[in-house]
Amino acid sequence: MVNQDVKYLKFKTYLSTYCPHCNNTLNVETKENKSVNFKAIYKKEEVELKLSPYLDVFDVECSVDLKDGTVLEDLICPHCDTSLINKSVKCGECESPVSEVTIHAASKLIPFYICSKNGCEWHGLTKRDERRIKLKIPRQAMPEQDQKLRIHNHQEVPYGYTSELALLEAGRCLQCKNPQCVLGCPVNIDIPSFISLIAEDKFNEAAKKIKERNILPAVCGRVCPQESQCEEKCILGFKDEPVAIGRLERFVADYERKMDLVEVPVIKEDTGMKIAVIGSGPAGLTLAADMRQLGYGVTVFEALHETGGVLTYGIPEFRLPKSIVQFEIQYLKEIGVRFELNHVIGNILTVDELLEHFDAVFVGVGAGLPKFMNIKGESLGNIYSSNEYLTRMNLMKAYKFPEYDTPKPKGNKVVVIGGGNVAMDCARTAIRTGSSEVTIVYRRSRHELPARAEEVHHAEEEGIRFRLLTNPIQYIGTDHNTVKGLECIQMELGEPDESGRRRPIPIEDSNFTIECDLAVVAIGTGPNPIIFQSTPDMELNKWGYIKADEETLETTKPFVYAGGDIVTGSATVIEAMGAGRIAANAIHEKLSKKRKKKALKRAKMAPLTN
Amino acid sequence: MAKGTIIRFDISAPKIAKKVKAGQFVILRVNETGERIPLTVADKDEFAGIITLIFQVVGKSTALMRSLNEGDLIKDIVGPLGQAAEVEKIGTVVMVGGGTGVAILHHVAKAFKEAGNYVIGIIGAQNKDMLILQHEMERICDELVITSDDGSIGEMGFTTQPLTKYMDERHDIKLVYAIGPIIMMKNVVALTKKKKIPTNVSLNPIMIDGTGMCGGCRVKVNNETMFCCVDGPDFDGFKVDFDELMKRNSLYLQDEKDSLLFSIK
Repeated sequence: MVNQDVKYLKFKTYLSTYCPHCNNTLNVETKENKSVNFKAIYKKEEVELKLSPYLDVFDVECSVDLKDGTVLEDLICPHCDTSLINKSVKCGECESPVSEVTIHAASKLIPFYICSKNGCEWHGLTKRDERRIKLKIPRQAMPEQDQKLRIHNHQEVPYGYTSELALLEAGRCLQCKNPQCVLGCPVNIDIPSFISLIAEDKFNEAAKKIKERNILPAVCGRVCPQESQCEEKCILGFKDEPVAIGRLERFVADYERKMDLVEVPVIKEDTGMKIAVIGSGPAGLTLAADMRQLGYGVTVFEALHETGGVLTYGIPEFRLPKSIVQFEIQYLKEIGVRFELNHVIGNILTVDELLEHFDAVFVGVGAGLPKFMNIKGESLGNIYSSNEYLTRMNLMKAYKFPEYDTPKPKGNKVVVIGGGNVAMDCARTAIRTGSSEVTIVYRRSRHELPARAEEVHHAEEEGIRFRLLTNPIQYIGTDHNTVKGLECIQMELGEPDESGRRRPIPIEDSNFTIECDLAVVAIGTGPNPIIFQSTPDMELNKWGYIKADEETLETTKPFVYAGGDIVTGSATVIEAMGAGRIAANAIHEKLSKKRKKKALKRAKMAPLTN
Repeated sequence: MAKGTIIRFDISAPKIAKKVKAGQFVILRVNETGERIPLTVADKDEFAGIITLIFQVVGKSTALMRSLNEGDLIKDIVGPLGQAAEVEKIGTVVMVGGGTGVAILHHVAKAFKEAGNYVIGIIGAQNKDMLILQHEMERICDELVITSDDGSIGEMGFTTQPLTKYMDERHDIKLVYAIGPIIMMKNVVALTKKKKIPTNVSLNPIMIDGTGMCGGCRVKVNNETMFCCVDGPDFDGFKVDFDELMKRNSLYLQDEKDSLLFSIK
């Protein structure tokens, strides 16, 4: 992979070794670009030492027989024959004599001490110098599928880090004392610890570290908006680019899965209590896992015929492979979580009926009702909500039509209205299913696009056109009542509105029509009324979502909790997971109290019964 | 492929049978690669845990259902979905059903009868062989008129003719329920609107999830976008934009053909 080599070369160019006495270079050109090799003379033989990108001297190669633990008493510069031993410094770990070379890093000359004992990895750099060097390691890109190839398939776009890239990226982390990244994470993953485990080559342990806080790392590593969460807070990001926390998370999760290292966690003693979870999306899955591990019986009810919620019906295969989602759900099944498919709660069972059989109910049904623009012509044929478009393609596998029976929405020229991640998903799905021209129409400017930068970038790479500052006015239909065009008006940005974004204002007489034979409306979703209709005592907030206590997420109906999009409105996967975790803790606390009370009552009763 | 064949399924689904009310529907998926098919429940037996579905073979998915034998399993079935018909004692009601719409009508008519109403039934089909649930309707309705397009059974003509007659003769009709082809419902509504008799229709458009998620089943009711699966399937017939509905329902015909050709290959 050419891309990677470039990165390693960069590492070499900013890290060169010199003799501290004659200033001649000690670097050795090697075929392998993964380390800086430098040479010295030991017992009249040339020895080669390798300096890894993580600043460990990890190998010595020479014809002299060097056993582990052998001390190289004297290393000599091959240019000026001066000893490289610096007698004023001793190894910080084994007190062996140390050699000194100068490294040129970050336009500074830094003395670099190498312990002479073979096998000792002490390097003697001050924290400050180590930082200085690490700061110069560039953020590692993920190798990805070629853009010309990938628009013809539905396979995942990025391949993920190789272990070398992961080690290099992990080496960039400064291990801050007050890690801000942890605060930026909605589930507070111990980010510095898992990254330092990666740097130590302990990938499996790193995966376990993440799983302490997040049960779906392979999913979150792929779909979390890290740039506005953990990575936004990374100190490196202020001057340079932040550590690629998401890519590292994805790497260790994939490593654990592929190496078959996933372990079933210890389940606490059975509490004898049962929890019903409505919806098998990220909020419900997180809560289910947490409650099960705390010793509760958990049943998850899902309305569709497949588990995963938005992870299954919404996010496309090329961004989140369904096999990964199902693998994570399989893990829940193994720890004993039960799943009931095809159960629309509110209809087949009401929340009240659930409370007869379960000690608490968690509502994590998401915000699934699509919004439309309510403009003229919206009921023409070939106009879809993003939900319908993606559900057909993902859940019903219409992209495999006619092998699968659900018809594929067909369009040569496709217009997608909206600028969020869902809009990007629709546009990129369209280009993969044979549409020749895909245009995204968004009423504000590029700066306000709510989609992740990475998604916008991928979309552009794949040839998707962006019509920014453009607002749809009406659809134009053919004689057969299908759409043939979208009339739009050009916008300009005015003063900031209450959301802080500059309000788009239409420019008079700037109407124009975009030709299209398929349109997808991706302007957001609202709450689904099914569950409220049968649960009148569960209050709603002024936006029509469920009203839940901020700290416990308990609704106005006792023992019923709610979290995720059904409380907050459309948000992210990890925020929904965070809500699942909060509710799990709150439910556990409340039910523990209930159990204690019961036990106390029984204890008081005991003498009487004896 | 016998197109047009009408099939009856009795499905063991105790949980659904316990809950389903007249007017509600289920969605089923025959196998892993199948579509999600919405079908309104024609009858239920709560004690035996059985729901009855009646449908006409029109495309690949219904053809696939036809190929099932007694005792076979269906991969997924979800329900009950949609709002139940609002049934109360109001007096005389006329139930108009056409084609397989009679299956849905049957369940609603039964509920109205049980609520103590005087039920007049008008059911029609293309011909004698395509008429369904004749005996069941006879048992439920206080009066029943049958029509067929070719006159092979009952009166020759459409269901609208006896309806016009009833509306002229009787002035105590409190409600008309029309369930059948969109064109029939449209024509019924055109008649009842003149007499200002409240009319409910049951819509059965394109759906995927049946839970309000996809918006594929959107219809214009009173100029507002409504979702059949959560707001319906029953709507006030005076407010439904039938022309638009007809256009939307005709959209998937070509795809159905493609899908059928593939499965024959």
